[in-house]
Amino acid sequence: MQINKLQVEAIKCGSVIDHIPSQIGFKLLSLFRFTETEKRITIGLNLPSQKLGKKDIIKIENTFLSADQINQLAIYSPCATVNYIDQYNLVGKIFPTLPKKIDRILICPNSNCISHNNCITSSFLFIKKLDNNMNLKCQYCEKEFSKNIVLS
Amino acid sequence: MRNSLYKKNIISINDLQRNELELVLKKSAILKKQPAPNLLKNKIIASCFFEASTRTRLSFETAVYRLGASIIGFSDGNNISLGKKGETLADTISVISSYVDAIIIRHPQEGSARLAAEFSNNIPVFNAGDGSNQHPTQTLLDLFTIQETQNRLNDLNIAMVGDLKYGRTVHSLTQALAKYKKNKFFFISPDALKMPNYINDTLLENGISWIRCQNIEEIISEIDILYMTRVQKERLDSTEYANAKSKFILHSKMLKNARSNLKILHPLPRIDEIDHDVDYTPYAWYFKQAANGIYARQAILSLVLIENHF
Ligand SMILES: [Zn+2]
Repeated sequence: MQINKLQVEAIKCGSVIDHIPSQIGFKLLSLFRFTETEKRITIGLNLPSQKLGKKDIIKIENTFLSADQINQLAIYSPCATVNYIDQYNLVGKIFPTLPKKIDRILICPNSNCISHNNCITSSFLFIKKLDNNMNLKCQYCEKEFSKNIVLS
Repeated sequence: MRNSLYKKNIISINDLQRNELELVLKKSAILKKQPAPNLLKNKIIASCFFEASTRTRLSFETAVYRLGASIIGFSDGNNISLGKKGETLADTISVISSYVDAIIIRHPQEGSARLAAEFSNNIPVFNAGDGSNQHPTQTLLDLFTIQETQNRLNDLNIAMVGDLKYGRTVHSLTQALAKYKKNKFFFISPDALKMPNYINDTLLENGISWIRCQNIEEIISEIDILYMTRVQKERLDSTEYANAKSKFILHSKMLKNARSNLKILHPLPRIDEIDHDVDYTPYAWYFKQAANGIYARQAILSLVLIENHF
């Protein structure tokens, strides 16, 4: 496997999140709390991309994202791919699929929702609407919000 | 009949299957006919009211006493040491759950009952109102009253009047009745307080028709249930409120074309949305509805706490 096909500087071992829409990379870093680790992280912003025109890339050394984390990526960047690297070799390529529910990373827009205090973590379910749009339903206050309202 | 409600948390009407709703209604009817004072003898139940709600609390506590259980708790979260000492809801519930067999909780924040259930160490939690979200026993008593007066929960024409935007009782009742076939809804509210889209979508997804109407009189001859709610002044600007007042207040003269089986319901307290002259008509059913709250609450408490009933 040719490492230069990944369009990122080689890492020895870890995960590369590729094809993130530009402007989203930074958001992902904080949302997924990647910045809270001690691991070495490199990010590339506004890199040229055939698919997207411009894209962001995140590389996290010595970390393999869990299936859950990968699927949660799909909410923000549906066409992202996650590459697993070991000994400079590509050993896995994963396309995220939208999860049924999303825990922890989102904040409920309802200011009176109990999920804002008590040190608990938020939990949302995806609800498919008649017009094929996706809503997010807070598991605590049971309010439904359009995806854009929760993500903004 | 298998009692699938045994040990279940009663947080949201949406968590209950149709057969579970029917189990509660059946049990409510039995308890109304034959009180069973010893069903919950030796059980201790906590009544935790983090905000005052006298009617709901007294109704729950009456239901508990009628079943022979004991009650501990508090009636206003502001006056208890728990609140003052800044303990989290999770910790409070975790401690109380080690004292009792069930917890009834009323709390001003949405989702609080769901959170309580996560920290109650498998002690069942009954939601007695979480902010503007759910109040499932209110919905159960509404369903019981509708079933009792109409002999069915399907093929009904139901008008809901007043604050349909913030009114959690109308939301839950609509969601519950959407589990039944061929019901039709008439929504009457000021523009600013109309039924939220997600409720309308749920109806459409279940193939249930609904229609927005201007006033009560235009549909009075078509409906079986007229569910009135209060429009709070502070929800509307003054002109809108003045308009709303004339359209959404029920007077007995508006009932002259009513069906003989029409029943008027209201979650109470009413302020001025039902004129007192309506009380003397055969359609007024809100006080009987409130009385049914005891039986519905007795039913759900006993089904959750005792496995074998029938
Ligand atoms: Zn919420």
